[in-house]
Amino acid sequence: MNEKLTMAKALNRGLRRALQADPKVLLAGEDIGKLGGVFRITEGLQAEFGENRVVDSPLAESGIIGTAVGLCMRGYRPVVEIQFDGFVFPGFAQIVSQVAKMHMRTGGRQKMPMVIRIPFGGGIGAVEHHSESPEAYFAHTPGLKVVSCANPNDAYWMIQQAIGSDDPVVFLEPKRRYQQKGEVNFTDRPAPMHQASIVRHGSDATLLAYGPMVKTCLDAAAVAAEEGTDLEVVDLRTISPIDWVTVISSVRRTRRAIVVHEAPLTLGLGAEIAAKLTEELFYVMESPVLRVAGFDMPYPPARVESEYLPSVDRILDTVDTSLAY
Amino acid sequence: MRGQSVEMVQLLTPDGERVANDDFEFTGSADDLAGYLRDMILARRFDAEATALQRHGELGLWTPLIGQEAAQVGSAHALRAADVCFPSYREHAVAMVLGVPLSNLLGLFRGTDGGHWELLEKFKNYQIVIGCQALHATGYAMGIQLDGAVGNADPDQNAAAIVYHGDGAASQGDVNEAYVFAASYNAPVVFFCQNNQWAISEPIALQSRIPLFQRAQGFGFPGIQVDGNDVLAVKAVTDWAMERARHGDGPTFIEAYTYRMGAHTTSDDPTKYRESSDEEAWRGRDPILRLATYLRNLGAVDDAWLAAVEDEAKSLGADVRATIAQLKDVTMDELFETVYAEPTVALESQRREYAAYLAGEDA
Repeated sequence: MNEKLTMAKALNRGLRRALQADPKVLLAGEDIGKLGGVFRITEGLQAEFGENRVVDSPLAESGIIGTAVGLCMRGYRPVVEIQFDGFVFPGFAQIVSQVAKMHMRTGGRQKMPMVIRIPFGGGIGAVEHHSESPEAYFAHTPGLKVVSCANPNDAYWMIQQAIGSDDPVVFLEPKRRYQQKGEVNFTDRPAPMHQASIVRHGSDATLLAYGPMVKTCLDAAAVAAEEGTDLEVVDLRTISPIDWVTVISSVRRTRRAIVVHEAPLTLGLGAEIAAKLTEELFYVMESPVLRVAGFDMPYPPARVESEYLPSVDRILDTVDTSLAY
Repeated sequence: MRGQSVEMVQLLTPDGERVANDDFEFTGSADDLAGYLRDMILARRFDAEATALQRHGELGLWTPLIGQEAAQVGSAHALRAADVCFPSYREHAVAMVLGVPLSNLLGLFRGTDGGHWELLEKFKNYQIVIGCQALHATGYAMGIQLDGAVGNADPDQNAAAIVYHGDGAASQGDVNEAYVFAASYNAPVVFFCQNNQWAISEPIALQSRIPLFQRAQGFGFPGIQVDGNDVLAVKAVTDWAMERARHGDGPTFIEAYTYRMGAHTTSDDPTKYRESSDEEAWRGRDPILRLATYLRNLGAVDDAWLAAVEDEAKSLGADVRATIAQLKDVTMDELFETVYAEPTVALESQRREYAAYLAGEDA
């Protein structure tokens, strides 16, 4: 059974199915009830499931995360929405000091089956604090799992997989892709969320991306194909832990790797991927792992964001550099 | 005393005299009180023993509770089977009353494990970050409410959460957010603030210009100040607040007005920042002394009874010392295993690498 849906709708359907499947699942966040969230991801859910399952929260991110910790302790599976990436920081302490550590602190006695949904990334012409990519902070925090969906089908399934996980999951939604449509298959489960997926097969080099940059990489690969370069594109899907098996096997074949992310270059995911590939494939690779990323600056004002964000041209330029080795 | 209100609920004076209060009454028996006295004496002994163990290098740190026995014992006895407690890091007497093995507490401060406690469903792990647990308790209380475990005709079907925090924590954003969430959802949670006058070296005056209990009104729920060194008053007030919560009447803030007779932790030196005259004044308000005086005058306890409890305290001390040697260090394997509920390939490979490294070391 297939349907063409926007990512926003696919997430909405995934949340709805999770709420139907398990009475312990509840949603909480600012404006998610009557309004349906500022991106309408939770539209209609409060009307359907009631105010006890879809809870409008006071305007306090630490409060939202901290009370979700208590709800987990009571046996609930809270799915909390942080309205925008740049607003997660008031709740950051609860996430890294409490949510992430609770399972180990208690010797495995206390699970934290919480999902923290965060619309992230730029490209929508927003004001300050509304276009950030904070994934490396979370990926650097042991105890958390961090994932991002890049297409509607993954959005539909991965949100359910995240809710089904007994570990806390930071679920990053590429907000600039919310309105893009794609086929959603409601019957065939895709790969588990801890696996990467090769979304385009190629032989000359591997582009590694996640979330919003997967589409940009696919666009770049399409242009490269016209120029006779055959690029492979890997959608990481899981940012922490990274599915090294898929990543390494792809780069072992293509022998060149370029990591693409919106987040600032220094100590971004690209750094970790480059280090790991160097450890594993030192004698195999034909060129160093290269990175196309945001610059080491606070996210710029909207009128110049297109210069900051990795573009098809910047990616292709870096592919050329890699192929020149 | 600064911050002490004329409205402070007191049922037993520092001299051990019972006094009446218009709103609160201690309804327990003399036997109950003798039990509380025993709990307080044992808690003080345990605390002294742990402090000594830290001095001997057996514990990395200890957070003394001396002076706060009545606040903790009185409130702990107000909890019923279904109630759940969220402590900070100084609630040793609460833990003791609720039956948490003392070895659990010692293990945390010795660093043998991170908090593999046995009664987690009743008494949550100590919380080292100031005030975080106020939100956890509030969220848990929201869950109690969602479960329909408030306001039932059968009292055994009702539950509430109690969270302990100090005067310093009252300045934390998380604690204030907890008050907001608790009020917004009318959550069955009791905020039990032990105002022991000091946040390490900072006096209460730096945290608040008004008595803390008066803040509750601004959040929209009752706040009450109780003599934290009067176990009768603490028990009566906590009973009332917990019952309100279980009944569905929402949160209450209790300020237990007390004093930290010891240091903040064993790493701290109170002589640098406070007057010994202060300590002297509070010594006269000692929670154990006043109850012992009262029960003696009542004829409920005598020298023989006190001597028997003293013997019990001695053997508790010996047990605590013996326990230390039996605490087992958590293994790296256990740590690797418990980072996640669902293991990851990446972490498993780190574990194997480390195991291989160790095997090489041993070879």
